[in-house]
Amino acid sequence: MDFGLSEEQELLQRAARELLAAECPPAVVRAATEPASDPPADSTEGSGSTADATSSAASRGFPRELYRKLADLGWFAVLVPEAFGGSGGSMLDAALLCEEAGRAALPGPFLATAVLAPIALARGGSTPQKRTWLPRLATGDAVGTVAIAERTDRYDPEGIAARARPVRDGYRLSGTKMFVPDAHVADFVVVAARLGSPPAKGGKATRGGRRGHPHAARDGHPARDGHPARGDGVGVSLFLVEHGAPGMRIRLLETIDRTRRVCEVVLDDVPVPTPALVGPPGGGWPLVRQLLDAGAVALAADSLGGAERVLEMSVEYARVREQFGRPIGSFQAIKHLAAEMVSEIEPARSLVWYAAHAFDARPRERSRAASIAKARLTDVYARTAVRALQIHGGIGFTWEHDIHWWLKRAKWNEAAFGDGMFHRAQVASIDAF
Amino acid sequence: MDLTHAPEDETYRRQVRAWLTKNVPRRPRHTSAAEFGDPERIRNAKAWQRKLYDAGYVAIGWPSAYGGRDASVTQQTILDEELVRARAPMLIGMMGVRMVGPTLIQYGSPEQQRRFLHHILTGEEIWCQGYSEPGAGSDLASLTTRAEVVGDEFVVNGQKVWTSSAQFADWMFCLVRTDPAAPKHHGISYLLIDMKSPGITVRPLMQITGDAGFNEVFFEDVRVPRANLVGELNRGWQVANATLAHERNMLGATTRTQQLFQGLLRVARSVERDGRPASQDPVIRQRLAELLLRVEAMKYHAYRQLTDALRGRKPGIAASVNKLVNTELNHDIAAMAMEVMGSYGPLDRRALRAIDRGTWPHDFLFTLGMIIGGGTSQIQKNIISERGLGMPRH
Repeated sequence: MDFGLSEEQELLQRAARELLAAECPPAVVRAATEPASDPPADSTEGSGSTADATSSAASRGFPRELYRKLADLGWFAVLVPEAFGGSGGSMLDAALLCEEAGRAALPGPFLATAVLAPIALARGGSTPQKRTWLPRLATGDAVGTVAIAERTDRYDPEGIAARARPVRDGYRLSGTKMFVPDAHVADFVVVAARLGSPPAKGGKATRGGRRGHPHAARDGHPARDGHPARGDGVGVSLFLVEHGAPGMRIRLLETIDRTRRVCEVVLDDVPVPTPALVGPPGGGWPLVRQLLDAGAVALAADSLGGAERVLEMSVEYARVREQFGRPIGSFQAIKHLAAEMVSEIEPARSLVWYAAHAFDARPRERSRAASIAKARLTDVYARTAVRALQIHGGIGFTWEHDIHWWLKRAKWNEAAFGDGMFHRAQVASIDAF
Repeated sequence: MDLTHAPEDETYRRQVRAWLTKNVPRRPRHTSAAEFGDPERIRNAKAWQRKLYDAGYVAIGWPSAYGGRDASVTQQTILDEELVRARAPMLIGMMGVRMVGPTLIQYGSPEQQRRFLHHILTGEEIWCQGYSEPGAGSDLASLTTRAEVVGDEFVVNGQKVWTSSAQFADWMFCLVRTDPAAPKHHGISYLLIDMKSPGITVRPLMQITGDAGFNEVFFEDVRVPRANLVGELNRGWQVANATLAHERNMLGATTRTQQLFQGLLRVARSVERDGRPASQDPVIRQRLAELLLRVEAMKYHAYRQLTDALRGRKPGIAASVNKLVNTELNHDIAAMAMEVMGSYGPLDRRALRAIDRGTWPHDFLFTLGMIIGGGTSQIQKNIISERGLGMPRH
């Protein structure tokens, strides 16, 4: 039993922390979030188009120079196999980087490029796809993302209603994908769509974005491999759609977290050739599930770093800020809030490590561990951030102070890749409550 | 990062499990020292500890020079997990084995170690803790039980309170004030007191659980040999803190929490609400899952702390975090169980129609005591905040 980081991993994390402390201070975060710099909601621009892409992309929440530095240090190579120019690292290695990204509130397409896109292709891509894209992801020369959720905001197979209609030399994709990370700057999007007929029950997207949470009653179904058997996912496929594909319209969705961008991606009979399939036709659900789990682990790790950062800011503030003739940290109310925060954060760190480790080493426990980590860490982060803001008092409530960026990231983390209620229901189902 | 156990540790676990399966007594388990008031139960409990000791399963982490087995932290953890899993009776000599014993190993004289350690292990001598007083609870250092040096003896006068097991204990490790003129932390001494000494009166106190789980102990001119001083005169606070740290770790054990949660799950599955198992209710499922997340966090946190110990890392304020979190979690689990049971929740032990023999309302009350004892949650938060985070004391 050795439940801890290796020396290499500790070094990796320390170096990552120092790098971001120097290169991604709050000023960089703020620059990426300035409201005036966002493009109009309609935008289909990809990443490397024009000469002044650097400055405009930075103001689009994508600090290019910083990402170049990260790429040069191998941050995007971690989950790319060595055979394709990566460092062949583990999910735990990636989680450590995600934690540091969360600590620094790193703006931009980190989750998609460092975690989701490499996993999609490394675990499901054809050899030509891997050869084309993995090396470019590893060097930071391409941005990729995945599109799973739709208007119904469901994370089960019935949530995939976008259709892939077979044609002579490939497929035509139709439907609407939602909350796609960084689609507006992505060179490619791996889209989940359904081959053949739509799902039997209510999976259709409706206007107004009606949500359909899995009902607890349905959770009682016996599970194979620990996954709910409802709609076993047969028919779901993944397709690599390149930037600029005709019929693909990408629109930014404004969220309160301005450090990260998500998009609506409308597919209107988008043509993709047969080799665009990622994984077997109709057999894409297991990979979709892995991507959801990867997103869950990555966001849990991001939440861990973010929670630690706001706690640190709070302790620092409480030691310095004086009222009633003494530092406010000397008052028990503040002390106890801080103690509660650290008492939730520290044990939760172990959940991130376990989930990241299980992702690679314990496939049968992967989804359960990912759901546990995601639900707990995002909850802890959000609560910690709210408390941290309160410890800062009035100044914490100002736009000018930095702490709200973390609070808003915490709320995004809670919602993305399945919220706490969804993941808790998953665990209840897997454990056959 | 490796979650697997070494083959020799797996072998050890199998051996322990097999022995416990054969040897754990079948009678109802003792849930607390409170039930030890009955002489027959005390006899049985002592016999169990003796049996465990003879099989080599008591204080395995102590150095073998003191009667332990030099067992690794991993093996100690495995043994603790298996004891909980087998629902083995709590050790009647727990305070000796887990608190005063390790303190004597660290601070005791060779004579004291020779005199006391063996009997601590076998359970022949039972210990109680004389710390809190009516005027000194959270502010333990303000204690006033006085010990005056008279020749080669101390003469002790005063009163202790919340003294668990005092009604049947043979010895007490006791904090006394030996220098009232010194600043409060610097005038305290750590004494070992024979409970059969003339002048000691023990008066049981009933807890909200209905059990006389602890006592008041009065000292009237009680004579204690000078040789029973542990560490140096007036330097007992340091010794006391060692014992407090051991106590915090004892109270923060995560295995019991996991077991409690499994019990809650069993109740939730078997109790019906609105015609279906309570565990099928969506709201209850969410709340059960929320508790599970907290339990799992402490489970893996314990693995991490085990690894840190193996790597020689200092625990820092980990014991305080464990105590704070696990005691409150245990209480929340018991509270949830009562909720799930609806009107059946408050049915008492031995009541007609009680679910799970009415242990849950008892556990709800008892776990509240665990939140307060061994340093209240509020004190733990002060410690965590000041020593762990560097918050200013004043």
